Amino acid sequence: MPRSLPDHRTDDRRWNAVDRTMQRHDYRPEALIETLHTAQERYGFLDPQTLGRIADRLGVAPSKVLGVATFYNHFRLQPAGEHTLAVCTGTACHVKGNDRILAWAREQFGLSPGETTPDNRLSLVEVRCVGACALAPVIVTDGEIRGKKSFAESTAMIGEWLGDAGR
Amino acid sequence: MRVDDMRQRAEERRRYLDGFAHHLLVCAGLGCQGNEEIVAALNRAVNERGLADRVLVRRTGCMGLCALGPLVRVEPNTIVYQGVRPGDADEIVTALGRKPVTRLLLSPDLPFFTRQHKRVLALCGRIDPDHFDDYLAAGGYTAVSTALTAMRPAGVIRLIDDSGLRGRGGAGYPTGLKWATVAKAAGARKYLICNADEGDPGAFMDRAILEGTPHAVLEGMIIAAYAVGANSGYIYVRAEYPLAVQRLQRAMREAEHNNLLGHAICGSGFDLKLEIRLGAGAFVCGEETALIASVEGGRGLPRPRPPYPAERGLHGCPTLINNVETYANIPLIVTRGADWFAAAGTERSRGTKVFALSGKVRHTGLIEVDMGTTLGEIVNDIGGGVPDGRALKAVQTGGPSGGCIPADRLDTPVTYEDLGAVGSIMGSGGMIVIDETTCMVDMVRYFMQFCMEESCGKCAPCRVGTVQIHRLLGKFCEHRATPADLESLETLCDLVRETSLCGLGQSAPNPVRSALRFFRQEFLDRMVQPADTPEHNS
Repeated sequence: MPRSLPDHRTDDRRWNAVDRTMQRHDYRPEALIETLHTAQERYGFLDPQTLGRIADRLGVAPSKVLGVATFYNHFRLQPAGEHTLAVCTGTACHVKGNDRILAWAREQFGLSPGETTPDNRLSLVEVRCVGACALAPVIVTDGEIRGKKSFAESTAMIGEWLGDAGR
Repeated sequence: MRVDDMRQRAEERRRYLDGFAHHLLVCAGLGCQGNEEIVAALNRAVNERGLADRVLVRRTGCMGLCALGPLVRVEPNTIVYQGVRPGDADEIVTALGRKPVTRLLLSPDLPFFTRQHKRVLALCGRIDPDHFDDYLAAGGYTAVSTALTAMRPAGVIRLIDDSGLRGRGGAGYPTGLKWATVAKAAGARKYLICNADEGDPGAFMDRAILEGTPHAVLEGMIIAAYAVGANSGYIYVRAEYPLAVQRLQRAMREAEHNNLLGHAICGSGFDLKLEIRLGAGAFVCGEETALIASVEGGRGLPRPRPPYPAERGLHGCPTLINNVETYANIPLIVTRGADWFAAAGTERSRGTKVFALSGKVRHTGLIEVDMGTTLGEIVNDIGGGVPDGRALKAVQTGGPSGGCIPADRLDTPVTYEDLGAVGSIMGSGGMIVIDETTCMVDMVRYFMQFCMEESCGKCAPCRVGTVQIHRLLGKFCEHRATPADLESLETLCDLVRETSLCGLGQSAPNPVRSALRFFRQEFLDRMVQPADTPEHNS
C-alpha cells in the first residue's frame, strides 16, 4: 500500500467528510475505527488508496490500518452491488429457518454470503443478529428490515423487490 | 440546569401533557415496522376532526409485545391495540372516549402484561425517547440532582452496594464492588464505559433500552462517573443498531444542552464528557479488555486479566465498565433506595431482569420479570407457550456462551445461581425457545460455528479448538461420528474451556457441554452404528 498518494481527492467532498472525522479527534491514532466508519459510509467500501491516506494522516502503520479494516465484519474492502440482501443469521432466525433463504439465494443467484452477482446488481451478506429477534426470521433489503414471513413469502418478496432484472 | 429549573420544566411538561384528554402512544421500536406511517395517519385523523388540542399522538420506545405489533396504546384508559395499520387510524380516533375498536383490542388481562414487573422498562413505551422534557416529566434526572448535590461519591457507592445490584451483562459481578475498586484505584484520570455491544445473537434488551429510554442510561452513567471519579467516558454501541445510535446521539445533545453533561453538571463541581464509539461487528468486543482495545482504535483483541480494567483499563487508567441495563437500574436505586430495589428478586439475585424472548414461542418480545421467576412462567404464561401444537424441547439462555435447559427443568428460577447449576448462564438476557423440530446437535454446531468465526485468533485453544469442535460436530450431523469422536469432543470442550485466554473461548464449549448433558441421546443417535462401515453412511 503506498504511503503517499496523489492528492486527487483533496477537493473531494467525500474525503473532506473523512478528514473532518479525523480532525474532530485531533488526528489521534485512536480515531482509526471512527474514520473507517466515515470512509465506508461515504465511499461505500474501503479501497487501498483510501486506507493508505488514512494511515498517513493518523500516523498509523498501513499494516495496522489493514489489520483493523479486516478484523471487523462491518468493513468492506470490495464495492457492494446496487442492491444488498442481508440475511440475519442470529439464533432466533436460525431456529426459524433462515438457512433455507441462504440456500435459495445460492440456487437462485449463484451467490454465497459476501459475494456480488457479475452484473453488480445484487450483493448477498450474512448479518449477525440485527436485534429484531421477535420478528424472526428477518431479512434486510437495502437496509429495510422485513420479518415475520414464511419461506415462500420471503422469497416472493425478494423477487418482487429486485424485479425481474435481478434474476 | 439548576435543580429548580429542572423541577419547573418537568412541571410545565406534566401540565402540558395533562391538558390532553387522550394520548395515542405509538410504539416506534425496531420491532414495530411501519410506525412512522401510523403516526402520520393518526395525526391526520386527529387534525381532520379538529381534535388537535384534545388528543396528542406520541412515539415511544418498545412496548414489548413485538409479536403482535405494530402496537398503539391509548391513555388514560390503557387500551392496547395490536397489528395496527395506517388505515385503522380513523377508527381508532373515532373510538376515543367511546367503545374501543374490538377487532384490534388486546386484552389487558393477557399474562404477557400482568405477569411482568417493569422497572427498567417502566418508561419504555410510555414516553417519547426523543423528548428530553418527557423524561423530566416522568421524574427523570432527579437521581442525578440528588446524587450530585446531596450525596458524596462514597455514599453513592455504599447505596449501590447495599442494593445488591449485580452486573446485567452476564457475569453478575457485584456492581457496588466494581465501583469501589475503580474509586479506590490510584490515578488522576479515570474512565467510564458503557458496554452496548450487544453481540449475543438472540439478544435485544440493550437495543430496546437505548431506543426507549436513552436518558435513563445517560443518567446512570453520570451517577456512576460521579461515584468513581471519572470525567470522561464512552458508550460503545454496535453499528448494527442505527436507530439506537440515533436516539442516543440526540439524548446526549439534549443532556449537554441542559447542563447534564459537560462542565459543572447541575451546578455542582462535577464535569463529565461522554462520546459514542461505534462497534464494527466483532462479538469478542463484548469482552471488556477487547472492548477497550477497540475504543483505543485497534483490533478487538483481549488481554489476560488481572490487571482488571478497574485498575488498568482504557489508556492504562482505571476504567469502570458496566452494561446498558446495569446503568439503567442506577437512577431507580438512587431515587427509591436500596431496600426498594432488593424487595424484588431473590436473596442473591436481586431486582428484575430484562429478557428478549424469541424463537418458537407465541408472544415473542421484550419482557422484564423479578429474578427468581421460573422459566416455565416466562415461556408458558408470559410467552403464551409454543405455537402450532408443537412440544417444547428446551430454552436456550446466554447465547453462544450459555446452554439449553430441557423442558423437564422449566421449574428452574432465573437467578445467576440456578441457571449456573443447570449448566447455563444468565447471560445478558437472550432467551430462545426451542421446540421438538430443532435438532440439538445442529443447534450447538450453529453456536460453535459462531464462536469459530468470531474467535479473534489471539490464543490457540480458542482459535484452533473451536474449529476442531465444529468439525467434530459436523461428523455427528452427518452420522459419521465414532465413539472416539465423542470422547475427543468432550476432551476438547474441557481443554478449550480451561485454557482459553478470554470469556469467548472459555465459554464457547458451554452449549456443547450442556447439550451433551441433557440431550446425549441425540449425539448417540448420530454416531456410526455398529453395523455400518465408515463408507456406509447417509
